[in-house]
This record gives sequence, C-alpha cells and structure tokens, in this order.
Amino acid sequence: MSAPALATAPPPRSWWRRTQPTRTAYLFLLPAFLVMAVITFYPLVFQVWMSFTNYGLTNLRSNAPAPAYVGIDNYLRILQNNIVIVNFDFVRVLVFNLWWAFSNVVIHVVLGVLVAIILNTPGLWLKRFYRAIYIIPVAIPPIIVATIWKNMFDPTNGAINFLIAIIFRLPPGGFTLDWLNQPNPIIAAGAFVLPLAYFALLTANVWLGWPLNSVVATGALQSVPHELYEAAEMDGAGAWAQFKTVTLPYLRPAMLPFAIYGFVITFNLFYLSYFMSGGGPFGQTELLVTTAYRLVNEQQLYGVAAAFAIFQFFILLVITLVTNRLAKATAQFDG
Amino acid sequence: MTTQIGALPRSTARPATAVAGGQRRLPLRRQLLLQIVCILIAATVLFPVLWIVSMSIDPRNIARPDGLTLIPPGASLAAFDQVIKQPTPNPVSFLRLAANSLFIAAIICVASVGVGVLAAYAFSRMRFRGRETLMIGVLAVLMLPAVATLAPLYVMLSKIQIGAFNLRDSLFGVALAVTSGTLPFAIWNMKGYIDTIPRDLEEAAAVDGASKLQTFWRVILPLSTPVLAVTAFFGFTAGWTEFYFSWQFLDHSQDFTLAMALNGMVGGYGVTPWSQFSAFAILVALPVAVVYLFLQKYIVSGLTIGGVKG
Repeated sequence: MSAPALATAPPPRSWWRRTQPTRTAYLFLLPAFLVMAVITFYPLVFQVWMSFTNYGLTNLRSNAPAPAYVGIDNYLRILQNNIVIVNFDFVRVLVFNLWWAFSNVVIHVVLGVLVAIILNTPGLWLKRFYRAIYIIPVAIPPIIVATIWKNMFDPTNGAINFLIAIIFRLPPGGFTLDWLNQPNPIIAAGAFVLPLAYFALLTANVWLGWPLNSVVATGALQSVPHELYEAAEMDGAGAWAQFKTVTLPYLRPAMLPFAIYGFVITFNLFYLSYFMSGGGPFGQTELLVTTAYRLVNEQQLYGVAAAFAIFQFFILLVITLVTNRLAKATAQFDG
Repeated sequence: MTTQIGALPRSTARPATAVAGGQRRLPLRRQLLLQIVCILIAATVLFPVLWIVSMSIDPRNIARPDGLTLIPPGASLAAFDQVIKQPTPNPVSFLRLAANSLFIAAIICVASVGVGVLAAYAFSRMRFRGRETLMIGVLAVLMLPAVATLAPLYVMLSKIQIGAFNLRDSLFGVALAVTSGTLPFAIWNMKGYIDTIPRDLEEAAAVDGASKLQTFWRVILPLSTPVLAVTAFFGFTAGWTEFYFSWQFLDHSQDFTLAMALNGMVGGYGVTPWSQFSAFAILVALPVAVVYLFLQKYIVSGLTIGGVKG
C-alpha cells in the first residue's frame, strides 16, 4: 500500500468540506438514535426523575395528580431492605446475582469448548448430525425452557427424580427431593447463600447455554491452521501442550467477547429465576431483574422501581467498564 | 506446503488433531468411544424435548408418564385440538394470539435490522467526532435489562391517548418497547460483522465515484446478509416470545400474545393442564425452530465471523 508522493500541497479545504465525513456519519446514525432517543434514552432520564418521587398507581392516568417528591427516600429504603418485597436483602441478592452469572459462564465456556474439540476431531462420523441436534436448545423460546425444566424438577412427578430413582434402583416415586422449594440452603456464608434451587437453575441454564458457546468455539477452532499443530507435534508437544500453545490463542479472541456477553445476559436472565423457582425458597434465587419486575408488576411502586433500576444501571455500568477494559470492544477500527 | 518429514515416529495413541493433506482415519476404538460420548450428549440435549412431546400427546393430562415411554397408551392429538381452539379462559383462539405475536415480531424485526444496520455501518466505517462516546452509550444500553425501562415506558406510553386508542394498551406500543432493547444489540452485532468486511471493495467503489450511500447499498448490504439474517432472527424470536412488556401493557384479551397465554396456563392456582401446556409450547416453539433451521448457516457464520481473524 503505497501512495505516490505529492509534488505540491493540496489546496486548503473549506470548513464545509472538512466536516463532511462527520455529517454523513450523523446522517446514517440519525434514524437509530432518533428511535433510541425516544424509547430508550428518554425513559431512562424520566426514570431518574421518577426515582425521587413516590410514583404509584394513583399517578398513572393522564389526568391524575402528580406524585410527591420524596428525595432519596426510595434509595435509602432499598439499601435498608425496607421495601415491600418479602425476604428482600439487597446485598444477598447482589452477591447471588454476581455468582449466578459467573458460575454459569465458566461452566458454559468450558463445556462448549470441550464439545467443540470433540466434534472437531478429524475422521469423526456423523459430525453434522450431532451439530444439528446440539443446537436445538437455542431454538426453543426461553419461557418454554423455564417451564419444561420446572416440570422436570417437580418433586413427585418430575423427570429428574424419576431418573434418579431408576439409576439408584429405588422404587418408582421413591425419590422426592423438592429441588426448587427446599428451604435450607446448601451453602450459607453471610451474604453468600446457595439453595438447592440454585443447582436446579444451574442445570437448566447449562443445558441451554453450552451449545452456543460450542458453536463459537467451533468457528475459532476451524480457523487454526493445521501446520501449527504439525509443527508443535514435531517439536514433541503432547496434547495438552499443543492445546495451550496452539489452540488457546485462537480460542481466546472468539470466546472472551462471547463470555462477556454471556455474563451480562446471564446476569439479567429473568426467565429461569422467575418461572422455575419463582425467586426460590424465601427469595434466595431472586435476581436484581426479578426483584425489579416484582416492584412494577406486583407492587406498582413505580418510584421505588425506578430507584432500583438506577442501582442496577450503575452496577451494570461498572461491570461494562470492567469487561470493556478486558475486551477493548469499542477500539476495533482495523479492517 | 508441508515438507516431507521422513521416518519420524508418530504416536497413534492420542486423537489425531493434525491433518496432513487429507482426513486421517481415526482409530476404531477411539472413534467408538467418541461416538458414545456424542450420543450421551445428544441424549441430554434431547431428553427435555422428547419429554414434552410425550406429554403433549398423552391424553391423561398427567405431569409425567408412568414409564419412560415416548408414545403413551391412548396417544391422541386432542390436546393440540383444544389448544388451537381456545388455549386460555379468555375467548381468544390460538390463531388470534399467533397473529398478535407475529405482528409484534415483524415490527421488531424490520425496525431493528433496518434502523440498526445504518448505525452499524456508521460506527464501523466512519470516523467522526463523538464516535467512542456514542459507542459506549450503545453498549451501556445493551447491558440494561428490559425491565429497567419497564416502569418509565409504561408511564410514558400510557399518556399517549388518541381518542379510544392508548399507545400503551396496543400491540404497537409493545413492539416499540421491545425494540428499545433489541436495537442496541442489533447495532453492536452488525458493527462487529461489518468490521470484518475488507475495505478494498469500498475503496474500489469510491474510486469509481460512488457516494457513501451507494457504497453502502450496493457493496456492504449484499455482503452482510449473514448478519442481517442473524439480527432478523433474534428480533423475530424476541417478538414472538415477548412476555414482560405485553403482560404489563396489554389490557384487552383480544390483543394478548402467545407468551402471555403460555404463562397464564402455568398459573399457581389449581392444577396445570400439562397436556395442553405441552401442546401449546410445541406450537409456539415450532415456528422459531423452523426459521432457525432455514437460517442456521447464516446464524452460525454470523456468530463466529466476528471473533475469527484471518
């Protein structure tokens, strides 16, 4: 890529010509940002105002009285666990939410990569058949996934207990562990509480999550030049060493952004928590999103819900900035 | 390109990860072992699916089959029939619900792809002031769950009343609300894909005198079909299975969507009619699966192309 050297300097361009790239860009951006301004940005601003009021059901209709200003009362009430949701503990919900997202993503990525490696073995029969089957969970709407798994974890009629009874040779109907409602947590260390329901939710989400990770990993694996493996083999590298030096550098740029995206999605995964465990035994599997939904749907406390959403926004902002540092997503400008 | 190695001893005990010019045959024992593993994995993936199919054709309306039989005794499609006529206590047929869901899905699909691809192109190809900031703004909104905009959108859309038509209490309002969430993802995803399209073609078009708009329309858009398909698919799925906003916003049963009916069936009160629920779930999931099958090639390439270099 060489440019011929100019014998003379180009004439100075007017301000109008110089800003043309910016104007064209903004023209392209206009529709999207117009739409987003109305339905995304404005509601967020409106929400900030709402969080300082006691907006409730009475203020909803267009000719209704305006809500009263309550200052930071809503925020304080959330931090002091003083809102109308039963069993609400802000720190516990936050810790659980973070752990839920983190543990899920780690398991999804590991399993996805493992299966991708297995399926990438040359000479393996029926590869396309397996790939088509493994992707099925992705095509099932999440609300259906949640209710199917809820049914499967049912204590008396569920498939899971049924299978366990068969495997351990118990009489049919002999194993009736109530996965989703067992009140005593498995792990309880201060704010870190993991009930049995967490493991049920984890199973369902892993079932749902590893196929996509496997697809992304397969794409990355197939881009690895074969010569590198041969070279490593010639240097006497074993399977594990080959994985570390050849495969991993290719996997990382593909899996890392996807893992980050998966973290955010799992962090906000409403369906499983709301429909499978209903927030778990005594609110132990509640996430920030499900609590927010309950505030709006069940309590109609729009002011408090708005304050809660502001908290969520800042928490997610921190997570975004931290993970952005890792992936440097916005700086991609090479062609 | 590989040079002759000569008589270098190679162990055949580990899986053949290197390929020298052609498919190396996998030793039979290793092949069978991997096949068994793959079949076990397939079993775990398919088990819930088969479970629900079995429940849907079981006429006894119980929560589990007596045995692990795929076709229960007296299997019939009665549940499907019942569900198509009237799935919920509301006097709404399946077709009406499906039409409502389709309406929402179509709007979201078209809006997020159409509007989003323009913005994605700008972010990907153009240098302008405020680019980094706006990109972070889009990413930040991407991180927000839909629930975060639930309360203000409810309040805002409720205020828009034209005669007897309230924007909130309409399918159009729901579609707008959902698009607020799908648009950032569409922009981010499509930008990532357009980033990987080589610039030579655009440069060639520019040399030939094409404007940015023409370059976009004739060069970039045709090349972006995979990612457009992915975004359309995700937009369609988001609308078809939409629950939060429709549950909150819609008051008239004629407007209800499929996901709402599904949720209504699994109420806490009374016994869930599992046969009907399973039949309904299958009917709801089927279009998504069919669309996915058609677009599978594009979706896979659209998902992986962003992270793969060279």
